[in-house]
Amino acid sequence: MLSWKIGGDQGEGIDSTGDILIHTANRLGYYIYGYKSFSSRIKGGHTNYKMIMANRPISATTQKTDILVALTPQTITLNSQEINGGIIVADQAYSPSLPQGTDAMLVSLALSQMAKEIGSPVMRNMIAAGASAALLGFPLEVIAQYVEKRFQFKAPSIIEANRRALHAGYQAMLQETARLPWLPSLESPHPGERVVMTGNDATCLGALAAGCRIMSGYPITPATDIMESLTKYFPMVGGAVLQMEDELASITCAIGAGFAGARAMTATSGPGLSLMQEAIGLASMTETPVVIVDTQRAGPSTGMPTKSEQSDLLALIYGGHGEGPRIVIAPSSVEETFEDAYEAFNLAEHFQAPVIIATDLSLALWQQSVERKAIDGPHIPIDRGEVYSSSEIGESASFQRYAFTADGISPRTLPGTAAGQFLATGVEHGVEGKVSEDPLNRSRMMDKRFKKIGGIHDLRPPIRHEGLRDAEVALLGIGSVTGINKEARILLEQSGLKTAVVWLRTLSPFPSSQCQDLLAKTRHIVVVEQNATGQISQLLKMANVFDSRYHSLTKYDGVPFFAEDVARFTQNLLTQLEVKH
Amino acid sequence: MATLSDFKTAEKSWWCPGCGDFGVLAALEKALVQVNANPATTAIIAGIGCSGKIGNYINSYNLHVTHGRTLPAAMGIKLANRTLTVLAVGGDGDAYAIGMGHFMHALRRNINITYLVMDNHVYGLTKGQTSPTSDMGFHTKTSPDGSIDEPVHPLMLAVAGGATFVAQGFSSWQPQLSRLIVQGITHPGFSLINVISPCVTYNRVNTYEWYKKTLVNLDEDPSYKSSQRAQVLARLEESDELVTGLIFQKPSRPYEELITGFSSGPLSEQVGPINQDLWDHILDQFE
Ligand SMILES: Cc1ncc(C[n+]2csc(CCOP(=O)(O)OP(=O)(O)O)c2C)c(N)n1
Ligand code: SF4
Repeated sequence: MLSWKIGGDQGEGIDSTGDILIHTANRLGYYIYGYKSFSSRIKGGHTNYKMIMANRPISATTQKTDILVALTPQTITLNSQEINGGIIVADQAYSPSLPQGTDAMLVSLALSQMAKEIGSPVMRNMIAAGASAALLGFPLEVIAQYVEKRFQFKAPSIIEANRRALHAGYQAMLQETARLPWLPSLESPHPGERVVMTGNDATCLGALAAGCRIMSGYPITPATDIMESLTKYFPMVGGAVLQMEDELASITCAIGAGFAGARAMTATSGPGLSLMQEAIGLASMTETPVVIVDTQRAGPSTGMPTKSEQSDLLALIYGGHGEGPRIVIAPSSVEETFEDAYEAFNLAEHFQAPVIIATDLSLALWQQSVERKAIDGPHIPIDRGEVYSSSEIGESASFQRYAFTADGISPRTLPGTAAGQFLATGVEHGVEGKVSEDPLNRSRMMDKRFKKIGGIHDLRPPIRHEGLRDAEVALLGIGSVTGINKEARILLEQSGLKTAVVWLRTLSPFPSSQCQDLLAKTRHIVVVEQNATGQISQLLKMANVFDSRYHSLTKYDGVPFFAEDVARFTQNLLTQLEVKH
Repeated sequence: MATLSDFKTAEKSWWCPGCGDFGVLAALEKALVQVNANPATTAIIAGIGCSGKIGNYINSYNLHVTHGRTLPAAMGIKLANRTLTVLAVGGDGDAYAIGMGHFMHALRRNINITYLVMDNHVYGLTKGQTSPTSDMGFHTKTSPDGSIDEPVHPLMLAVAGGATFVAQGFSSWQPQLSRLIVQGITHPGFSLINVISPCVTYNRVNTYEWYKKTLVNLDEDPSYKSSQRAQVLARLEESDELVTGLIFQKPSRPYEELITGFSSGPLSEQVGPINQDLWDHILDQFE
């Protein structure tokens, strides 16, 4: 495994440089994981882009950096402590020096000078890309081909300048490498048919494949990509992305579309989710399908818009007034995000209920290598739920839209269906949809709405795991933390500790008995989550699952867990417990 | 062909005897029959308030939403199935207080839906507080010394906000009101019909008698040109919007026809396996 990082001022093309290296590594057969650290501003402010590459799947970033490309002196000061016997590539223009005690080899290149010679100072990042490729031993043609594809629609002069910059950087580094005492050692690749995508990409593809044709949203980090990408895809399939005036409108529009039979979604993050709560209750009460994506970020209020957190969980499940059942699912990888995204539309129509996909910023934004065949849109299952045509409605004078049934699901009709008219109202209602305050009806309707979503665990395994059979300790989490837990497991197993990773896929309705059964024999369970109050632990406590074998590890400083942290915590914990025994 | 009785439900009315909302319902039913609408292809999205109960009394596909959110719901329904006749209905509080944000943007968006605002200058369902259209000095439980907020002028706001169709009716003037609703439904874009619908319980100032004395019917004024924006705004200003009739209309192409590549058929029928070649093309972008 090798990690490469580039840093510089925001607006300097750091992201596209990272993107270029990542795609090149992926094309060369490496598994990659990308990680950005950025702030909520457009220009200025320091930003980093880190790539981890390996010959096995990687699902989290690492603490250590092997190669640091520093476009500004600040990049060195901010990151030098991550370098342990690595290489720092810097721009001669600022006469770089290493802080005391930095264990790194400094390679100073005339990045600015070369950019000037090519005639464009903005080419500095492309020169750095070329230099990085040479240092990593990437063949020039492979990176050049990707760059060509990436800029294919740009003006010829821009394409040419990029090409020259890439070559200049590559050649300059080749001369340096000849003089270096050692070079980064790369494992041999593990070729395969892989693509590079983020969780947000996977969400879009899942929605697209599922037949979602209305996306109504309001821009917010880190959900905006979903709107933007669907704006690209929807014209190809006859769908529409609607930029609404706020999140109240976004979700209500999607509910309207769902009522009329479209597969519709919205996507947001914490602040928008808060605004949507009343309408989620409406969807619940009217039994209207709608899909909501919450790409969680650090809250409350504006919080830290560019930092990951998993602190909306209780709001997703219990938020809003009254008791309105909704389905909350949480993907734990990019592949699962694709799966959950298409499945959400099936679940929403099957159960006639709001379905929330809870992701988090890290899962939503960081790129990963994914097997192409795992993203198989044309062959996903499609379940439209029970929808009556006019011939199925029967003779009764008015259609019983909310009829009581064994599983709580009442067949619905779509506007346009003759004799299927009904009133869908957020006011409590009887079987025909008419307003009712009858106490018996009220209790039955409440029970019906909760009962029906209980059927989800039969359709979709609520928990997944690896290595549980003979594990001494299980790391339990959701979302991006699952990837970190998987990396931590590798470290723990290396130190001889049999470890499992368990992740919850369905949070509402909570799979209490499934958790209980699955973990009945596990000696220690560490619940790892990125929030302050241990919300998953709270859910486990409410479900009477959390007992003395369970331990909570939380983090809420905006920085993702590192696998090393989780492994260290687990090891210390077990040592302490052994001492007590 | 549907008849008036096809649009009626067995539901007993909940409104106070004499409430203006009865007239709005009656005119709406007549208009639906006149445009040859069918209960199964009509969707009515109602807000919260006395006015919002209208969905209980009319036989069609009805969605009764949260307070103030009729317009985005109506938008979603219309885009999901353009063959439907879609109407949003609600009170002046629903429209111009809690729903004001959506109102302004619905004007800009010009979706082919009709919006009936049942304007009684007061909050009925919550039992008599000031509304955004209450006159200055109007006494209510929340404005015991008289309202000190400048009232909203929905018609001027709509014209200035980009509306392509603006009308005002009076619930007592049935033939004109149902004619305006017909015009609104047939207008290819967003149509606002603000309907003066007196509240006999909580508004003792803006009564039927008062309106009958003060309202001027612009449809009977041959000099009035509903296509001349400047003239329209001047007339609304000088009359303090105490007018009825077709206020403003301009050529319009609905939003749904402007969305790039957007399917014109019902979207419920668009769900099925995605084309393999298209999928491969999309995935290639991730290599
Ligand atoms: C979010 C929210 N806030 C407040 C209410 C309470 N509420 C119900 S109706 C209403 C106002 C109704 O006035 P208007 O829209 O003018 O309709 P009318 O009853 O006069 O027809 C209010 C404030 C609510 N239902 N929801
Ligand atoms: S309170 Fe006013 S608006 Fe409500 S039903 Fe009675 S008269 Fe109509």
